[in-house]
Amino acid sequence: MRPFDYTRAHAPADAVGAEARIIAGGTNLLDLMKLQVETPDRLIDINHVGLDRVERDGDGLRIGALVRNSDLAADPAVREGWPLLSKAILAGASAQIRNRATTGGNLMQRTRCYYFYDIDAPCNKREPGSGCGAIGGNNRQHAILGASDHCIATYPGDMAVAMSALDAVIEVEGPAGKREIRAADFHRLPGDTPQRDNELQSGEMILSVRLPAPLGGRQIYRKVRDRRSYAFALVSVAAVVVMEAGRMATARLAFGGVAHKPWRVPAAESLLTGQPPSPELFDRAADAVLAGARGQGHNDFKIPLLRRTLGAVLAEATQESK
Amino acid sequence: MSDPITVSLFHRMNFRDEENLLDRTVQGVISTPMDRPEGPLKVSGTATYADEDHPPGTVYGWLVRATITKGWVVGLNSRALRRMPGVLAVIRDERMIRNPAQGGDAKSPYQGPAEVFYKGQPIALVVAETFEQARDAATAAQAEYLDRSHKAVIVPAEAEYETPRGEQSSQGDLDRAMQEAAFSVDVEYTTPSMSHASMEPHAAVAWWQDGRLTVRGSYQMLNTNAQELADALGVSPKKVRILSQYVGGGFGSKLGISHEAVGAAIAAQKLGRPVAVALHRRQVFETTHRRSESRQRVRLACDAEGRMTAVGHEVWVSNLPGESFSEPVTQSTPFTWAGENRLIGHHIGRLNLNGAGSMRAPGEAIGVPVTEAAMDELAEAAGIDPVEFRLRNIPEVDPSSGKPFSNNRLAECIRRGAEKFGWADRPKQPGSRREGEWLIGMGMSAIIRVNMMGPSTARVTLNPDGTALVETDMTDIGTGSYSILTQIAAEMLGLPPEKVTTMLGDSDLPPSIGSGGSRGAASSGTSVMLAAKALRKKIAERMDCDPDDLTLKDGTAIAGNRQRSLSDLLAGDTLEGTGTIKPGLAEMHHRQASWGAEFCEVAVSSVTGEVHVRRLSGVFAAGRILNAKTARSQCLGGMIFGIGQALHEKVETDARDGNFVNRDLAEYHVPANLDVPHIDIELLMDDRDAYANPMRAKGIGELATCGTAAAIVSAIANATGHRFRHFPVTLDKVLEKLG
Ligand SMILES: Cc1cc2nc3c(=O)[nH]c(=O)nc-3n(C[C@H](O)[C@H](O)[C@H](O)COP(=O)(O)OP(=O)(O)OC[C@H]3O[C@@H](n4cnc5c(N)ncnc54)[C@H](O)[C@@H]3O)c2cc1C
Ligand code: SF4
Repeated sequence: MRPFDYTRAHAPADAVGAEARIIAGGTNLLDLMKLQVETPDRLIDINHVGLDRVERDGDGLRIGALVRNSDLAADPAVREGWPLLSKAILAGASAQIRNRATTGGNLMQRTRCYYFYDIDAPCNKREPGSGCGAIGGNNRQHAILGASDHCIATYPGDMAVAMSALDAVIEVEGPAGKREIRAADFHRLPGDTPQRDNELQSGEMILSVRLPAPLGGRQIYRKVRDRRSYAFALVSVAAVVVMEAGRMATARLAFGGVAHKPWRVPAAESLLTGQPPSPELFDRAADAVLAGARGQGHNDFKIPLLRRTLGAVLAEATQESK
Repeated sequence: MSDPITVSLFHRMNFRDEENLLDRTVQGVISTPMDRPEGPLKVSGTATYADEDHPPGTVYGWLVRATITKGWVVGLNSRALRRMPGVLAVIRDERMIRNPAQGGDAKSPYQGPAEVFYKGQPIALVVAETFEQARDAATAAQAEYLDRSHKAVIVPAEAEYETPRGEQSSQGDLDRAMQEAAFSVDVEYTTPSMSHASMEPHAAVAWWQDGRLTVRGSYQMLNTNAQELADALGVSPKKVRILSQYVGGGFGSKLGISHEAVGAAIAAQKLGRPVAVALHRRQVFETTHRRSESRQRVRLACDAEGRMTAVGHEVWVSNLPGESFSEPVTQSTPFTWAGENRLIGHHIGRLNLNGAGSMRAPGEAIGVPVTEAAMDELAEAAGIDPVEFRLRNIPEVDPSSGKPFSNNRLAECIRRGAEKFGWADRPKQPGSRREGEWLIGMGMSAIIRVNMMGPSTARVTLNPDGTALVETDMTDIGTGSYSILTQIAAEMLGLPPEKVTTMLGDSDLPPSIGSGGSRGAASSGTSVMLAAKALRKKIAERMDCDPDDLTLKDGTAIAGNRQRSLSDLLAGDTLEGTGTIKPGLAEMHHRQASWGAEFCEVAVSSVTGEVHVRRLSGVFAAGRILNAKTARSQCLGGMIFGIGQALHEKVETDARDGNFVNRDLAEYHVPANLDVPHIDIELLMDDRDAYANPMRAKGIGELATCGTAAAIVSAIANATGHRFRHFPVTLDKVLEKLG
């Protein structure tokens, strides 16, 4: 670990615009600092700024950036109105990590690409211009959608996939003031600047996440992985489906583990909306989701896996209640 | 206080044990599920592991990794590193080692930090005042290389294989038997490189005093470890003391001394200060031994009645150039199943990957799952239930050597296991049982592990107050050595276990074989038994009776109608007994093994290919069970190990440069709690093996993992109708077949 300065913020204003790296739960940042994947000179600790409550916001909710993952998943209002979010969080990490991890930190967590973690390996995300170790290397975890010749990493998290499907909005504040970013637009595609994971600008801080009114319907988060817990998603499917008179009145989908961001495809959702469910239709939705999908060798299986998992999730979400 | 009265007993295991003494003692603590005496220390965090106790003035070392795969280090930016904050030394010493010693080597492994044989090999040690400074400086190290990485051999398919003559054997005519058989299978399986992933990473704290070195480290075999370290340093073994009071798991990765011990000892010598070197998890993965990957061809044949006529098992494994260890994959193949025509083939290739060494049940752990999965294939081909098929093929004597078995409870384990598990309910037709999207199947495996013993000595002291002290350099790597050695002494001396203290993990104590190869309990346990037996003789003298007529219970000696308390009998004297056991002819004349059978039910998702183990059950025979709880725990751990082997574990190697890419516990997957179902375990408590040792106990630490993965893949085959011959069975492989 490199020596660094440490200061503690007592209010969000202390951290906004500070020339320092924010540390919240530390479950991701500290690991990366020990490996010198990240080498900030200054840390600002935001654990004492408040922003640690889940509050009503009209019909929706406002979740403070410092709300711990465990608390958020267990929150009665969340479980009642946005069960998808609770399920997605509980599908991630371990109980110990969730106790420590925060809402803001979870959104900001970095990729788990092997080569990103290995400072002796080339990686354009860690060291722009050094090359991509994963292309032509071990890329079982990597992206099948939206990747570039510079980076094929995935955003590894679960919570943000649910937030994306739920049309959550991320509230941030920077030196120039406050602004809002849709969860679905928060993470970026790698393009030729893979060092930038998301749209947060330097000096900006996440204050909270706003959930719009509950959608109701069936909410399913299915995470497919190499072991039953404590593993990142190979493919995850978040779905909210509201049925009316045998048709899908609302269909929201988001996918994790397949791209540099939670993957949402409005075209697939509109294909489903207003239609009665059928395996053929689900397959057409999968076609829309997988348009342009490309495997990297070790991860080719994710393409059929996504299709099959989506089909099963939609079948479950639309089946007549027993 | 007067000098202790010393007695000793030496026993070489040449013949059957006729005495069965532990069935005649009456204290009633042997075999009970006694709690671990050191348990409270461990769960309260007060048991100090290697790196948790530093002498005053300790400084810290961090190893520098090679970033090439093959070549030479010709320079290092040492001067720049020495100028970094806190840095005390940058050490490149000819005595540094390339890879850890193999278990029992008793001499230094290959030395010299200049030539690089694999990516990640330690090439220097940076020592600084603080741990963080050492790590920062080591991370800033930049070596100059003569890079020959393009000549490195990384992929087994590209390796040249040696075929050591002594490791091939054949009898009858396998090819002909295969041709003439009513049913046969000729299949190839592969198993990946795996890593031990013990909880406690390797660590050593070294200091020199008056020319003598002490190392607090995490090791399994202290007697040979001290010799290995002494040889590496070029000093007499008497000048080296190793302390490993608590070891947070080893699974074979701590059988030999490793980089941290040699590095810390050299640095402590140079600096005249205690030096601590702990391996980071990533270093543990890439610099200590792996289990070799394997390619295995199995040929099996039987006649129309399902009687086996042929067993062929050929294997290809790997190691670093020059390493003698070669995973003994076929170890139990010669004697498990009947058949007149047999062939064993063993081939070793040289790869530029971190060294291969022993990992829990070297040999059977990956050999039995493959031969047993092939047995399931042959049973299916012959149209015979796999349980019935195995029962028809248990040989009367070792079919390769003609030697009798010391005992063979395999049939009983299989029958009992089948009944408990409800094997009769197994779907007869593969792929025929379904619950929603889940395909349900059942599978089983015979479980086999050879039994071994090693020379061991222990001292048992009976104090005037009637308490006893057990001392040996045996280690407890989480297995339960403290428990069983306490129980054996208590049982033999007729003492409640609270009156017995067991001291382990100090190479200055009488030498044992250590923990490895499932020999520890039987070997060091017998040495404790013999030491106590020597004391019993002395007590009998004082009771004026024949040792056979002596009964010891609750601190009282009883002979006929006479009865005296031990403290009374000792009259202020201290009795010190030393016991030594050595292997002998018994293991040459009789084939010895521990036995078991495991049964498994899986559910396979027809959507995603995920495999869930729903039930796992095992029945085991390992001679006398010394502690029912720790024995069960060993079986639990072994079976969970097997789940990992079947479904999760794999060293991911970058084929371009041999980099071990998934070298952390987030990405090197061992089973998580949710992957482990309820596991049912039964131990045959009445089993005794008179040829094994005077306790009639056999190895159990590795047994349960030797076949679990076969039960699981056979269950997957029963569920899906497809065979999976490449471990681990990850969902992508299942998906490919499900279509
Ligand atoms: C072994 C392991 C397994 C895991 N498995 C999963 C999994 O299956 N699914 C999953 O989703 N996650 C998983 N995680 C990741 C875990 O969810 C994240 O580590 C955690 O959510 C990060 O939160 P934190 O508060 O600890 O962040 P920190 O480590 O404190 O910070 C992470 C990053 O966020 C930035 N940051 C933090 N708060 C703010 C803020 N308010 N505004 C702006 N920037 C901020 C920091 O500067 C830093 O760059 C796993 C982690 C580990 C170690
Ligand atoms: S995929 Fe991205 S994160 Fe991984 S090595 Fe390539 S550039 Fe780096």
